[in-house]
Amino acid sequence: MDTQNCFHCGLDIVKEAEILFDQKTFCCAGCKTVYEIFSLNDLSCYYDFEKSPGASPQDIKGKYDFLENENIVSKLLEFQEATTAIVSLSIPHIHCSSCIWILENLQRLQKGISSSQVNFPEKKVRIIYNPAEVSLSTIVYLLGSIGYEPYISLKNYETPQTKTDRSLTYKLGVAFFCFGNIMLLSFPEYFEVKEFWLDNYKPFFRWLIFALSLPSFLYSGSGYYVSAYKSIRSKMLNIDVPIALGIIVMFIRSVVDIIFDYGSGFFDSLTGLIFFMLLGKMFQIKTYSFLSFERDFKSYFPVAVTRINADSSEESVPVYDIQKGDRLLIRNQELIPVDGILISDNTAIDYSFVTGEAIPINKKSGDKIFAGGKQLGKVIEMEVLFSVSQSYLTQLWSNDVFQKKVTQKHKSITDAISRYFTVVLLLIAFAAFGYWIFIDINKAFNVFTAILIVACPCALALTAPFTLGNILRIVGKQKFYLKNALVIEQLAKVDTLVFDKTGTITSNAASNIFYEGKPFTEANLVRIKSVLRGSNHPLSRMLYDMLPEAGKITISEFEEITGKGIQARVVGSLVKIGSAAFAGMPEEQQSLQTSVHIQIDGVYFGKYIFKNQYRDGLELLFKSLHKEYQIKVLSGDNEGGKTALKKLLPAGTELVFNQKPEQKLEFIKQLQDSGKNVMMVGDGLNDAGALAQSDVGVSISENVNVFSPACDAILEAGQFQKLHYFLKLSKKAMKVIKMSFGLSLLYNVVGLSFAITGHLDPLIAAILMPLSTITIVSFVTLMSNYYAKKLEVRGYEL
Amino acid sequence: MSVIYLLITISIFVAIAFLIAFFMAVKSGQYDDDYTPSVRMLFDDETARTQSRNHKAKSVNQNTTTNSEKE
Repeated sequence: MDTQNCFHCGLDIVKEAEILFDQKTFCCAGCKTVYEIFSLNDLSCYYDFEKSPGASPQDIKGKYDFLENENIVSKLLEFQEATTAIVSLSIPHIHCSSCIWILENLQRLQKGISSSQVNFPEKKVRIIYNPAEVSLSTIVYLLGSIGYEPYISLKNYETPQTKTDRSLTYKLGVAFFCFGNIMLLSFPEYFEVKEFWLDNYKPFFRWLIFALSLPSFLYSGSGYYVSAYKSIRSKMLNIDVPIALGIIVMFIRSVVDIIFDYGSGFFDSLTGLIFFMLLGKMFQIKTYSFLSFERDFKSYFPVAVTRINADSSEESVPVYDIQKGDRLLIRNQELIPVDGILISDNTAIDYSFVTGEAIPINKKSGDKIFAGGKQLGKVIEMEVLFSVSQSYLTQLWSNDVFQKKVTQKHKSITDAISRYFTVVLLLIAFAAFGYWIFIDINKAFNVFTAILIVACPCALALTAPFTLGNILRIVGKQKFYLKNALVIEQLAKVDTLVFDKTGTITSNAASNIFYEGKPFTEANLVRIKSVLRGSNHPLSRMLYDMLPEAGKITISEFEEITGKGIQARVVGSLVKIGSAAFAGMPEEQQSLQTSVHIQIDGVYFGKYIFKNQYRDGLELLFKSLHKEYQIKVLSGDNEGGKTALKKLLPAGTELVFNQKPEQKLEFIKQLQDSGKNVMMVGDGLNDAGALAQSDVGVSISENVNVFSPACDAILEAGQFQKLHYFLKLSKKAMKVIKMSFGLSLLYNVVGLSFAITGHLDPLIAAILMPLSTITIVSFVTLMSNYYAKKLEVRGYEL
Repeated sequence: MSVIYLLITISIFVAIAFLIAFFMAVKSGQYDDDYTPSVRMLFDDETARTQSRNHKAKSVNQNTTTNSEKE
């Protein structure tokens, strides 16, 4: 057993806080309680599967009281009847097999739960329970008490459970069934054995093959016909046009062949083609089901809040029912859902979801507070100014960018090539037809169809899915999650990078604290620390943690003055810590920094300045990016950190400050209008508009499971310095695709030479098609892996 | 040789049976989550072991909580 770390959650144990229980050490009472619950219910095998798998439970008292409201609960449930109810809860903490085990044994902890099932990739647990015996809020509090607090947001409330689309899996199954059986039945024809019995059974085999090809042709291939039809209607020839043409011509020709007994037809190639192409489609789709790329404010906002009625009774109401003039009760750590005015004395609000700024902002009674902030401190009351849909932040979503659902911002490289491909193909086919028609009409038709069949761009169509799908997996392993494969193509085209400042290039969590002013004596430092101990203000906590360890001194006359600071008497001297005016700073100069001033016994000493910590490797990354891209930095903040930032960034980087969310969006739009391909890197909800507007929106997230606005890609904060590597890899991916296009065109030329001369046998087609598929697929997989390795070896800084 | 009609018909039907089995598997959601079941199948023994231990504990002393009573 490890004595250094908590037996339950694995965190380091602070010596003073160590708790010894049952011969095991715990870091806090919360962890100990969870262990107690488990061991009491004989569930301690939880600790056998993984070492220290748990999380210490957070205090969520009162947070989920809205689950007592029947109407809200019924919207969250998947299924509801008198004695059975099913609910799917998303639990971000799910991360190991112990989690699965304990969550699937919930019925042993709580009477009334009949069973529960974990979906690990989606980090969800589906609980079937009896509402007559146990309520949803009891279950949620139980989960919270064992460290698995579910994440319930407005989104769960609004959108009903969507059915997963499995049609591709069905299509693939059917295609494989048809392909396999047809291959088997085609064998006698391949060897052309002149044998009496085989010749006798030929029609039987052929019609059976025909029958088997129908499901593949009609069902599995249907996606291509629809897509081709759509692309012709919108007058943009995409790759599906020659594919659909090839498939249909192949089918008609084969039917004609067997009716008039010309040959065995191309059913084997036809079904093989459909199967391989669907396989490519399947490979390209890699979904990170635990991530969501479509998040808007709804994923952050709570389902319900506590309203204080006129008779001062409390009631949980859904946030959409909040009216102007209502009084709301916001608890510690709760999100403020609407704009309003603070009624209670004072509070600190953490706007890190919105701006990325980690340091909370102080508000006092009468101040306006905006939706999206997280309340820190004791319970507050507020009066509502606007309903949810009219609040400042949520209005961003009424922008056009969010209204239209753009499935594809760019034309993909495959489609760009296939435009020419289709035209050239048709030209060749008609030219050959024109040539043969003077020699032999029958042969002319043969050649015409053979060209369309053999040129069917199977290999071409497989190139992009396999390359991009492979790259998608490679970068996904390095914690860079892309929404889909097309994002890679867009990444390769980017020429301008726009970064948000706070929370994106600065780290969200850490802050640098500097001291400026007269040096303190040892005794004074101890005094300051002792005074800070009494304060719960986040800045005080940060400063307290930063100051060196000191002995305890009792303080007296401690007073916390809202919006100003704290003061107390320590061994005779009066210590004042707080704003400049409060600490009696001599010359009043407007400072743009976040700072805490110190005064002892009426003498002004100096200030502690809180600076944002820039992410590791930022300077290096920008230096290397600067060579290839235009870099711009946008910030919603004031110009406080401008000089420091300028030093870090390469010369010529544009810095824009004081940007509101709409202005950020407009900024991106203007860049795009001047012909730039813009990648936006941001993190907070205030970047959401800019992320949606940009060609590629990358969201930086410290915790990928929960917090990231709608975007095209999610990058885990720790991998930030690899950004250039990912951009380079995307360019290499396009290079691989182009090389592979060359290779597949070569196959087409070989095939065409057979077709034009009128020598295309079904056998040749049946060999050529899988051969080209296999070489192309292995080529692109090897090449993209090779480039990923090579770039990695060379390092990220180049 | 006409037995070939019979044989091929049977083989096709067997193949169709597998296809239907595949459909049923997809429909029941087996392909939606391909990770959790692989872990879950390793748990069964653990649960059984704990349960038996639980029963033994019960028979030895009468001190049972409401939760283990449920077992």
